[in-house]
Amino acid sequence: MTTVEEKEKVVILFAGDSGDGIQLTGTQFTNTAALHGNDVSTFPNFPAEIRAPQGTLPGVSGFQLHFGSVEIFTPGDNCDVLVVMNAAALKANLRQLKRGGTIIANTDGFDAKNLRLAKYPDGVNPLKDGSLGEYRLIEVDVTKLTRNALAGSGLGTKETDRSKNMFVLGLVCWMYNRSLEPTIEFLKEQFRKRPELAEANEKVLRAGYSYGDTTETPMTRYEVKPATLAPGHYRNIMGNQATAYGLIAAAKQAGLTLFYGSYPITPASDILHELSKHKNFGVKTFQAEDEIAAITAAIGASFGGSLGVTASSGPGIALKTEAIGLAVMLELPLLIVNVQRGGPSTGLPTKTEQADLLQALYGRNGECPVPIVASRSPNDCFDAAYEAIRISVEHMTPVFFLSDGYIANGAEPWKFPAKEELPKISPRFAENKLQPGEKFLPYKRDEKLVRDWAVPGTKGLEHRVGGLEKEHETGNISYDPENHEFMVKLRAAKVEKIADHVPLQEIDHGPAKGKLLILGWGSTYGAIKTAVREAVAEGQEVAHAHLRYLNPLPKNLGELIKNYERVLIPEMNNGQLVKVIREKFLVDAQAYNKIKGMPFSAGEIKNKIYELLK
Amino acid sequence: MSTTIAMSTETKLTAKDFTSDQEVRWCPGCGDYSILKQVQTVMPELGLPRENIVFISGIGCSSRFPYYMETYGMHSIHGRATAIASGLKATRPELSVWIVTGDGDSLSIGGNHLIHLLRRNFDVNILLFNNQIYGLTKGQYSPTSPGGQVTKSTPMGAIDHPFNPLALCLGASATFIARSMDRDPVHLREILKRSHKHKGTSLLEIYQNCNVFNDGAFEIFTEKGTKKEETLFLEQGKPLIFGANSDKGIQLDGFTPRVVNVADVSPDDLWIHDERDLGKATLLVRFFDDPAKPLHLPRPFGVFYEEDRPCYEDLLKAQVEEAKTQKGEGDLDALLRGKNTWTIV
Repeated sequence: MTTVEEKEKVVILFAGDSGDGIQLTGTQFTNTAALHGNDVSTFPNFPAEIRAPQGTLPGVSGFQLHFGSVEIFTPGDNCDVLVVMNAAALKANLRQLKRGGTIIANTDGFDAKNLRLAKYPDGVNPLKDGSLGEYRLIEVDVTKLTRNALAGSGLGTKETDRSKNMFVLGLVCWMYNRSLEPTIEFLKEQFRKRPELAEANEKVLRAGYSYGDTTETPMTRYEVKPATLAPGHYRNIMGNQATAYGLIAAAKQAGLTLFYGSYPITPASDILHELSKHKNFGVKTFQAEDEIAAITAAIGASFGGSLGVTASSGPGIALKTEAIGLAVMLELPLLIVNVQRGGPSTGLPTKTEQADLLQALYGRNGECPVPIVASRSPNDCFDAAYEAIRISVEHMTPVFFLSDGYIANGAEPWKFPAKEELPKISPRFAENKLQPGEKFLPYKRDEKLVRDWAVPGTKGLEHRVGGLEKEHETGNISYDPENHEFMVKLRAAKVEKIADHVPLQEIDHGPAKGKLLILGWGSTYGAIKTAVREAVAEGQEVAHAHLRYLNPLPKNLGELIKNYERVLIPEMNNGQLVKVIREKFLVDAQAYNKIKGMPFSAGEIKNKIYELLK
Repeated sequence: MSTTIAMSTETKLTAKDFTSDQEVRWCPGCGDYSILKQVQTVMPELGLPRENIVFISGIGCSSRFPYYMETYGMHSIHGRATAIASGLKATRPELSVWIVTGDGDSLSIGGNHLIHLLRRNFDVNILLFNNQIYGLTKGQYSPTSPGGQVTKSTPMGAIDHPFNPLALCLGASATFIARSMDRDPVHLREILKRSHKHKGTSLLEIYQNCNVFNDGAFEIFTEKGTKKEETLFLEQGKPLIFGANSDKGIQLDGFTPRVVNVADVSPDDLWIHDERDLGKATLLVRFFDDPAKPLHLPRPFGVFYEEDRPCYEDLLKAQVEEAKTQKGEGDLDALLRGKNTWTIV
């Protein structure tokens, strides 16, 4: 018996072994929901090991998807539906499930071995002992049904079992009345060279869908109507992909060759993978021998008049530090992308954190200012990366672009721009306009304190640059004490002046004056936005402002903050932006920290708002 | 390297045109002066527009070099000149790129970038000034200092085993390796030109005397009294002959080189130098024993090895062209749109 319920939004958490194809299942269902017109937000959560021991708790991989007919800003705090491929997946994720939520369990993953690996006591099977009484439990022998669907296909057991995830995807598509077409198209593309596998996976996908139609287990189908987003053309996009597109677009609009020097590191590698697919844009990717070579090769490219970009995560950024200092001295364009992860040291490679802000601000020897731009969500990576490059090219300075693991791997709909809507980026190439006998001054500056970009091949502008302190304007080596102090202050002023060329800080939501301001940066955006919207709707005097420019800070930020009695700064670190704000504006900003490798939930922020406004 | 750039039709350049207005600040008597002079002398003969020449260095005494050259230049950070040059050459293949580095810069802190540059075979020239000491930091031992050397940081003698730079570079798949010295300007100029001519990474090790912290390290190869006995100048197609009266030769006994009296053997039985023979080059770079010990082999100078192998920047460019042929010139709107879109009205 099937009933149909209408829902405004739903959170599904797919969980299983890291080899179960959970990430693919989640991604495919996300694309399907997005194409249906829902707003979506996702949170993939996987172990650092490629194949952690099968069936164990550390081996559980999860993919949470929040989709709805209303605007969605986070992957959701708790899930409505929990799909588990084995006992460990249930044990690891049950606390995420709402009371009364639905569990779809692959019964084959609850045999004695799996129960033991999941560390259930001997003889205990949660599917059988009534402990899940407060949930709607749907038991499906996915393994058996998949094997049945592929009986006689000629595929071995191993290959057959590998398509189990398609059965689950088919069933979930049935539950939410979603077309199988996008997935079938994907399978055809994915297995272009092995059509028999495309066919087998499609068969299993359809079997999962039909199972919903024919099973005698009472099941509920849900209707989640398309969301009313702003009019426009949309697609689904992941954070690292959006970053890669931002780099390509900015280079193209600036008329520069994009040179991307990178050394593989989680969670930044996908940017390298994406860019290396687009060589037809003239993109040159360089997988360097180490992090230092990655950034210094990018500096070499920038010296030659290309757009040098390097990306890494915390430990790799640490290795690049000296070279960033060189780029500050050379005053050349350079983008450094940090897809932050849990630290310190190797830390939590696949988990998210925002603990590299102070590293970006201060983590170099000497007085070494670098502008910082941070992205707030997966699709925002495009705009933020684009803007970071605009600043770097037009202000002749290395720029940090901060993303994090949560944004990098998360997905959401993107109202993608047309080329002509993109802002102009104007490189400052120097031409030889010297009078006879006149010497070229490579460090002569304009009113923005920015020097010109004199690239090799320009006749008459031959000059030398380097990491030694240089004399004002001539760029010659100088150990003069007065000159050094002057140059240190000049480089700082140059970065400060960027504030004249970026937008003023705006309030994202809530009153312009009042009791409480939540000030955020980076990937906390969705959780803060959701919490503040709800609290405002419930009559609370709270507002949300979210920083994109972390250095220099927007010129009006100090004034804006003073319009509120209290300021709360939630961060996925031990309090970093809060230090900067307190130091710079002498306000008693309060920290709210979470350092668990997991993003804030909207509920956590909302509780904090209520606690403060009590 | 053999970058082909149209010869400037304007007045022919001279060594003076390659001399910058910066005061040279090496210690008086330093071997770097000679190397600078030979490079400035050779430059006009290469027929390159000055604006297309770039000198990149790391850190160390030798790395001050770019400041004294009236070309484009970068004095970068320790050990990284090779990596910086890689990025520059990858994006500007038409430039003539010269890396100036020392034994500490290239073989210690920058060792990793050096070997990777060599295997990638960017068409750049490396001038490795080897003085077997850290000069700029005032006299610590370097990765090429002989075992036992007493320096400021090794008062009881260095216990590190030194690198054999050319063996290391050949092992890293270098396509051109050569050796010269600061005190033989004629030879140095000739080998500089050969290095330039090679398409691919050319690695030229230059023995350079640090008269302040390691004076006389190469005396045995450079001074009149011993030079002829201790050095072996390589010439393509010619037998390996050395000695005060050109009376000694090298003969191969299986894989073992032996010093023989030229008079005792037929000229056909001597080792004939072949720059294209990797096997012989592998033995030749091992002519590296302690000159103080009896029965040692002379130290070779000249071009040890050369091979033709595609350069990274050309392969990279070819991939870009191929991608454009296959997919068409990148269409930004199509990229941003992707394959699956929906519209909200």
